[in-house]
Amino acid sequence: MTSAPPITATSALRLPSRRALLTGGAAAAAGAVLAGGPFGVLPARAAGLAPTPTMRGGANNYRPGAPIVPRIGGGGFAMSGRVRRAGDGAPLSGIRIQIWAHTTEGNERDARSHGATLTDADGRFVMDMPQIVPAFGQAHAHLAYDAEFDDHGFQTVFLRPLLQSRGDTSLSADFVLVSA
Amino acid sequence: MRRILIWGGLGLALALPLAVAATSPLLAWRDAVYITACFAGIVGMEVLLLQPLLAGRSLPGLSPRLSRRLHAAGGALLVAAVAVHVGGLAVTSPPDVVDALLLRAPTAFSVFGVVALWGVVATAVLALARRGLSAAAWRIAHLSLAAVIVTGSAIHAILIDGTMGTVTKIALCVLVAAATMRVTVRFWPRLGLRRVRA
Repeated sequence: MTSAPPITATSALRLPSRRALLTGGAAAAAGAVLAGGPFGVLPARAAGLAPTPTMRGGANNYRPGAPIVPRIGGGGFAMSGRVRRAGDGAPLSGIRIQIWAHTTEGNERDARSHGATLTDADGRFVMDMPQIVPAFGQAHAHLAYDAEFDDHGFQTVFLRPLLQSRGDTSLSADFVLVSA
Repeated sequence: MRRILIWGGLGLALALPLAVAATSPLLAWRDAVYITACFAGIVGMEVLLLQPLLAGRSLPGLSPRLSRRLHAAGGALLVAAVAVHVGGLAVTSPPDVVDALLLRAPTAFSVFGVVALWGVVATAVLALARRGLSAAAWRIAHLSLAAVIVTGSAIHAILIDGTMGTVTKIALCVLVAAATMRVTVRFWPRLGLRRVRA
């Protein structure tokens, strides 16, 4: 999407900040102070929000290309999160996030356990899905941002967040995406 | 009286974990293959309690000869239970089992489970090759592998949020560990001590 202009601008601003880093820790600290000043969010991109790495096992039992649905099955469990851009942390809207889990209505591998949703203007998404139950030793969900099914050009990320306890009826997992 | 207590206690130690697991709400959301895999794991853990009791001839009424035969049969049963456990899980979720076997799963219990699995495989191979070993070498190897299997299995089981009840699971693991330590101390060859003294 609009990733090209910020990268160019950031590269131009990176040079002085690199020099500052070379002169030592104190100068680096000064650079960090400057980042919040006249340069606004652009220098923050260099040292800013780090991209979310794919979690181990995150892609297990993934069925690519699940349909975008208002809810998975009968619902009752709220899987939510926020998607932002690495560096400046800008919320990303219209991003397709696919969700699946072992629930009261099916195994992870079942097509009916999979569904996708899009983020809103603030980068947030919520999927109403069946209650997640422990499987393979842990109550957990799977979430995917798959570049193959999204035109925004970010790198694919798979998450595997855990429920705090079995009885939880909601879970949150955030994405910080970086351009591919 | 002592006989009744020992057999009664053993019966409870074996029946309760299975009975509690059979009431787990998780079973409602698992298919037959997955449930079979779960219960094979519990049976395997229970065999680990029987094995040291049989090896130590701690069960009253069983002749040494019968204890020995049952211990060998228990070993075969353990191999079968592990095969059904891992096989059933592999059918239920292939990528999770592949990750576990390649030691790249995100869950610590997988690593402990796989360590115990290889301990069982090594013990089976060792048992088949026993004739080539001295009595002391056999005991050291077998008891060492038993310690690996018991430690790995117990931690594996305790870390898992599954069908087993928490209390019966921990109690079974403690009993298995205690029984294993007892026979290990009893049967470990004294060779090492002599060498230290010399």
